Amino acid sequence: MIGPVMIGPSSSHTAGACRIGLVARALLGHPPEHARIGLHASFAKTGRGHGTHLAIVAGLLGFSPADPRLPRAFEEAQGAGVNYEFTDVDLGDVHPNSARLDLSGGGNETSVIASSTGGGVIHVVRVDGFKTDFSGASPTLLLRYQDAVGMIARVTALIAEDDVNIATLVCTREKRGGQALLSIELDARLSDHAVRQLATLPEISWHRMLPKVMD
Amino acid sequence: MNLDDIMNAPAPASQWVLSEDCRENGLSEHDVRELMLGRIREMRDSIERGLKTQAKSVTGMVGWNAQGLWDAPDVLGAPLVKRVQAYAMAVNEENARMGRIVAAPTAGSAGTIPGALLGVADHLGLPDERLVMPMILAAGIGKAISRQMYISGAAGGCQAEIGSSAAMAAAAVTELLGGSPRACVHAASLALMNTIGLVCDPVGGYVEVPCVSRNAFYAVHAVSAAQLALAQLESFIPPDEVVTAMAQVGRMMPLELKETAEGGLAQTPTGLRVMHDMERKV
Repeated sequence: MIGPVMIGPSSSHTAGACRIGLVARALLGHPPEHARIGLHASFAKTGRGHGTHLAIVAGLLGFSPADPRLPRAFEEAQGAGVNYEFTDVDLGDVHPNSARLDLSGGGNETSVIASSTGGGVIHVVRVDGFKTDFSGASPTLLLRYQDAVGMIARVTALIAEDDVNIATLVCTREKRGGQALLSIELDARLSDHAVRQLATLPEISWHRMLPKVMD
Repeated sequence: MNLDDIMNAPAPASQWVLSEDCRENGLSEHDVRELMLGRIREMRDSIERGLKTQAKSVTGMVGWNAQGLWDAPDVLGAPLVKRVQAYAMAVNEENARMGRIVAAPTAGSAGTIPGALLGVADHLGLPDERLVMPMILAAGIGKAISRQMYISGAAGGCQAEIGSSAAMAAAAVTELLGGSPRACVHAASLALMNTIGLVCDPVGGYVEVPCVSRNAFYAVHAVSAAQLALAQLESFIPPDEVVTAMAQVGRMMPLELKETAEGGLAQTPTGLRVMHDMERKV
């Protein structure tokens, strides 16, 4: 509530927008080469005046909300070879400060919908079409896998063996036996060893260990 | 934690907030205090930058107000008021220039807490170290408010932003001046009660007009609330009920008055002209 330290002018439209860029970059798992950025409601209407466009691009470049390069993010993006385009989108019944980011880079692709809910706090509400809910305030493990009996038990057992506590856990699937997305907010980052072990589970097709994006 | 918990905590209220916060985050009390001292220094830095320059904001609507007031004669014979107003505007003008500030709790309302708390401290000659615990209490008040509503102009109108910042600042100033937990929370409640209904109608959609002057007004509002609470005046409506009322008013407020620049000052002929001019410029 006292913080973040940030480049103005708006905690939700600038700092929160930057964090949405940061979390999307981490989800892509590679510096983005192309970004399609859809702005919803208040982000679309008043974003220009709040530096929302600059802030999202800054986040995609890996800049924090306090980074003095944020106001020059467009020039920096050109230098870094990041292409971006903005559109206005209607994301339906989500918070008025929301954006959809479709990213590609290094052969990876991801699609993220996230909301900036005030004071720089964000909520990721969709990843690659799957509903989810995590804030980036703590390290977050994401797994895509084939829905099967005992998957959550196996994953959480590995996390427990790594002596890491689970804060929240959201699991959604497209259908029974179909693809599922598991998002787990953790009190600490998993060790590289534990992440490698998770990755060897045959049902798991994709994983990310996101660092926290809030200071 | 809600406001009632803070009000009934053993004195000082900030220590209780700190213990709760550390239990939640797994941080040490020392680390949280150091982090907060760093935030206070960032606030001071933004005040100093803001008081030194008349550089215009992104749109050119603001940028000279803080320094203009700082250099103006003290016509009221009330140096505290002038200092509080100038500090608050210095921070928000830095914000409007895309300078570095501390969101407290948001960027649009970032001037209120430094204006009130650092303003009172400097007026009384108190060192920054004395502001750490009051600032931790301010954070606790903000957290308690955010349990009931989103703290953003888009979700709750300006009352959610400046009302929260004024409530946080009022509690912090009250504790700095030796107020009990009860007095601190009642100061916050009085500040909120008298901000309910405030709309977010930024001219051109920019965090400049009325945001910069509004921070000056509400920093003084926070100091007023602290003065009343320290004289044992209380909020007739219990503090958590005031927050509930504010959240309800936020939901009832039309979208046009929640940061969309589709109502109020933003839709005056001058407001529309600014929007038109900036659309061509940006």
